[in-house]
Amino acid sequence: MIQVLTGNHSAAYAALLSNVEVVSAYPITPQTQIVEKIAEFVETGKLKARYVRVESEHSAMAVCIGASSAGARTFTATSSQGLLYMSEMVYWASAARLPIVMPVVCRTLAPPWNIWNEHTDMLLVRDYGWIQFFAESNQEVLDTIVQAYKIAEDERILLPVMVGLDAFTLSHTSEPVDVPEMDLVKKFLPPRANVPYVLDPSNPFTLGNLAYPSHHMKLKFMQHTAMENARKVVLEVDDEWYKIFGRCYSLLDNFMCDDAKVIILTIGSSAGDAKEAAKYLRKRGIAAGVLRVRLINPFPAKEVSDILSKVEAVAVVDRNLSPGNGGIILEKVKSSLYSLKNRPFIKGYLAGLGGKDITVEDYIKIFEKTLESYRKGDSDMEWFSINLEATSL
Amino acid sequence: MKKVAAISFPSKGVAGKTGIWRVRKPILDRNKCVRCLICWIYCPEGTILRKEDDSVEIDYEYCKGCGVCSNECPTKAITMEEE
Amino acid sequence: MNIKDLDREEYILSGNSSCPGCPASIGFRLIGKAVGKNAIIVIPASCMTIIHGVYPHTAITLPTLNIAFATSAAAASGVSAALEIKGKNYPVIVYAGDGGTADIGLQALSGSAERNENIIYICYDNEAYQNTGIQRSSTTPYGAWTTTTLKGKQEKKKDVPKIMASHNIPYVATASIAYPIDFIEKVKKALKIKGFKYIHLHAPCPTGWRFPSEKTIEVGRLAVGTGAWILYEIENGVLKLTGPSKNLIEEGARKPVQEYLKVQGRFQHITDEMVKVISCEIEERWNGIKMVINLQKVNGT
Repeated sequence: MIQVLTGNHSAAYAALLSNVEVVSAYPITPQTQIVEKIAEFVETGKLKARYVRVESEHSAMAVCIGASSAGARTFTATSSQGLLYMSEMVYWASAARLPIVMPVVCRTLAPPWNIWNEHTDMLLVRDYGWIQFFAESNQEVLDTIVQAYKIAEDERILLPVMVGLDAFTLSHTSEPVDVPEMDLVKKFLPPRANVPYVLDPSNPFTLGNLAYPSHHMKLKFMQHTAMENARKVVLEVDDEWYKIFGRCYSLLDNFMCDDAKVIILTIGSSAGDAKEAAKYLRKRGIAAGVLRVRLINPFPAKEVSDILSKVEAVAVVDRNLSPGNGGIILEKVKSSLYSLKNRPFIKGYLAGLGGKDITVEDYIKIFEKTLESYRKGDSDMEWFSINLEATSL
Repeated sequence: MKKVAAISFPSKGVAGKTGIWRVRKPILDRNKCVRCLICWIYCPEGTILRKEDDSVEIDYEYCKGCGVCSNECPTKAITMEEE
Repeated sequence: MNIKDLDREEYILSGNSSCPGCPASIGFRLIGKAVGKNAIIVIPASCMTIIHGVYPHTAITLPTLNIAFATSAAAASGVSAALEIKGKNYPVIVYAGDGGTADIGLQALSGSAERNENIIYICYDNEAYQNTGIQRSSTTPYGAWTTTTLKGKQEKKKDVPKIMASHNIPYVATASIAYPIDFIEKVKKALKIKGFKYIHLHAPCPTGWRFPSEKTIEVGRLAVGTGAWILYEIENGVLKLTGPSKNLIEEGARKPVQEYLKVQGRFQHITDEMVKVISCEIEERWNGIKMVINLQKVNGT
């Protein structure tokens, strides 16, 4: 059924459709509507779940870890400061191999306080062992969260999944969303099996006690291997979803890249504006394309490099910053291309930090600048559209 | 269950035969023992073995020789001797 | 209840990594004897982390979740929530040290208590971060030497059971490893109550308190006998002294506190002035208890 939903409510409906059993969350702008809606589902009896209203994000993830260890399908949601505050437990969830699913409404980190969209929060925990998606639309938010449980609970994976949605541009913006029928979703996603383990007195064991280095390293190898499996399992699950619901997303969103000379590579909802810019350039006879990376971790390095190997110039637009290093996605893209014989020209752009708008016009400028820089051989990373001459910030 | 995380199963002697830690050894005088089980309940290690008839035996394989049993025995039935 | 009635089964197996004379081990053995095999244990970073051994083995025979330092009450809430939704009815028991309870874990503990989660939280209080090498915690008593309070701690011991009582949870109790039947009865009572139960177990540590390993129980008994540690329970808001503390309400009935202090190396350096401060602190705590008891008498509870 088509409903008009915000990104936040799309995430809440996804939790409902996934029949999550334990939800634990702490409110933070702009995630609050997710947990409010779930509270409503639980209190009206639509969702048969325990909703643990914790006193912090750190506890929210700890509750999820406890509940998931005892066999329940668990859900939480957070953003920005909340994600960093819970980060100790974010790492724990993955190392404990628990299939927890968490939407993260991507928001700028303080100081100064800022509630607008930036991707630094989620990228800071990129190496914490979670499978990470970034969505472009509210439909994709809903579909990806339901898919995420199927991926997380797959025996080849057994890892938690994070689904990024942009603050306000998705979280608070309404779009028509096709909410699938519960019965169909139940066929797609059966109840969680007893994997990877269930704490129960009938089979007593201890989880997570001390381990020797050799054991630890083996466990890390297994975790890494499971993460590598994700690229394959994500596609399988996406395929199954397509067969039932007629929508699919793959690892990458390839928008007119196949014959493109110049490509903008980016993540998140703003890719929509980049696509508009590409269409505009195509009308002017420039073969432009947009490559939106949907699966950020594990990074689909081969798939990205296959596409980029055929283009002349690439602009990587990062809405995140590793101070002193630049854009996190830029580094990842460059390293993905290392083994190519003919690497394309790449220019990085830091744009839209702190929620600064990146308009269609901006993307057109980025395309044009990239082509110009390509001709000049100027691949220096650029801070897009900041005025350093201005007397005040 | 899938063994993908550190899942450990119950076992005696996780720290080895801890009896070798001992520098003093508890010696039980059965004649003085009144089977009150005070040593059994206070033993930090569970190495005072409680028998069916509530008499006790000391498990020297794991007893660390802390001396709590000897210190608490109301009839002084357990004495500590140098190893 | 009598010692002879207690469960013969062991729930923490011998040959584990505890120090000789370890009170945390004693406490856990007693918990096992109170709850039996159908329970789930949650353990934050603490001495217990080390005690139960190294993967792929564990000394604990009950299903056990090791969890990060600050999170035992939250993780236990999660386990409890999962059991409830799955229709399973096992007690969930946290066994945490004083650092994981009174310091880094206090926020999660308070949150879980306020939500009245159906768990039993047992803090074994060895009055310092013994596992990391005897650093002071907020439950280290005034005057005690630790590796971070070389001249003796200058601040008073945090009264965690009192904080927990302020959460209006159905059951709060103090206990001591020196009084096993009193402790086991409290755990058994907690098993019958739905909601959040908190038990604060005094656990004299030979390694950290600097006394010979055979004196663990003796020191625990002296703490109670001198009134430095008070045994009580608060059931649905009503406070009752238990065990030997019932007869220690008047100062004259208690042993002089020096008897408790002098057996411990951590108090070796203290002056008469400091002993006075400690005595006053004990008296203050008893006065608080007395006030509550008198008020209850007036109110007829």
